[in-house]
Amino acid sequence: MNRSLAFLPVAAFLVLAVVMWRGLYLDSKELPSMLIDKPMPAFDKLTVDGQAVDNDSLPTEPFLLNVWGSYCLPCLIEHPTFMRLSESAEIPIVGVNYRDQKALALDWLEENGNPYAFSILDEPGRFGIDLGVYGAPETYLVDSKGVIRYRHVSVLDETVWREVFEPAIAELRAQEAAQ
Amino acid sequence: MSNDTANGRVWEKRFKPVLTVFMLLAIVSVLMPATSLAQVDTFEFETPEQQQRFRALSDELRCPMCQNTSLSGSTGGVAEDLRREVHRMIMEGMSDEQIEQFMYERYGDFIFYKPRLKPETLLLWFGPLLFFLIGAFVLVGIWRKAKGIDAQPVQVDTETQTRIDALLAEQGKAGAGNTHR
Repeated sequence: MNRSLAFLPVAAFLVLAVVMWRGLYLDSKELPSMLIDKPMPAFDKLTVDGQAVDNDSLPTEPFLLNVWGSYCLPCLIEHPTFMRLSESAEIPIVGVNYRDQKALALDWLEENGNPYAFSILDEPGRFGIDLGVYGAPETYLVDSKGVIRYRHVSVLDETVWREVFEPAIAELRAQEAAQ
Repeated sequence: MSNDTANGRVWEKRFKPVLTVFMLLAIVSVLMPATSLAQVDTFEFETPEQQQRFRALSDELRCPMCQNTSLSGSTGGVAEDLRREVHRMIMEGMSDEQIEQFMYERYGDFIFYKPRLKPETLLLWFGPLLFFLIGAFVLVGIWRKAKGIDAQPVQVDTETQTRIDALLAEQGKAGAGNTHR
């Protein structure tokens, strides 16, 4: 009998083991966004403090779009990072106040500080659906033309900032400068 | 031996009630109507057909936040929003395909319990068939080998054949009562 066939079970085992080992470290909660490289969905909404905003109100340079809510505990964990970024004017941050109540949102901002250029009030969560949001916190990197480049699900702490966002933003700025 | 049976009886006495409770729980859980898990929304419909479509869609669409619950079964905020959107789109007269496309554009394949058939999902759809075929192939191989279907008659030259015959004749003489073939 063909001798090499005897190694087939071992080979099959090794392949399966590698696939499953990798599977252990995949985060099945982090779904890929459908909006990567697509323009921000159109919106015509009010901010938490009552200003009318639409797509033209967005920054004309790369910015972060952070989905938050006063009920959202992980948002408190990432909040200091956004405060630091806004104090050092590193990158503009636009907020989406997702499925929250206006009064609670305003209290939250007063208590914890407001790093946002403005926060879109999305009480019924309709804009969130257009963005493909499935729960706060989520943070999107958007370029100067309003095209979504990256989505991060869950807390954006200093480590994520340093390892993911800083390089991505540097690359995006370099790309835009070259054009 | 008798000690064992006595032990067995004690065990039976102790665990029979526990087992009975488990059996009862199992039966109850099977009999419980699955619909009791569905979220109750106060949506209004104009026709029973619209309501039927709403039920079907919210059972077929998966809640993106809570994983492995349908929109109809999820308490998650995003599921509530998406049920409301499904209702709105049905009332606006959109077809099931249009509603599914709306969901797909925002949440991707994950939203479907039955993902669409495309190159990325081929393995998902046909992987089980592939593994079945591999298994069947191996099984048939083992079976053929056991039956000796593929076995070729051994070709030997005449000189070896005479030696074999001689040895066999010798063994036949010497080994009376030998059960070897």
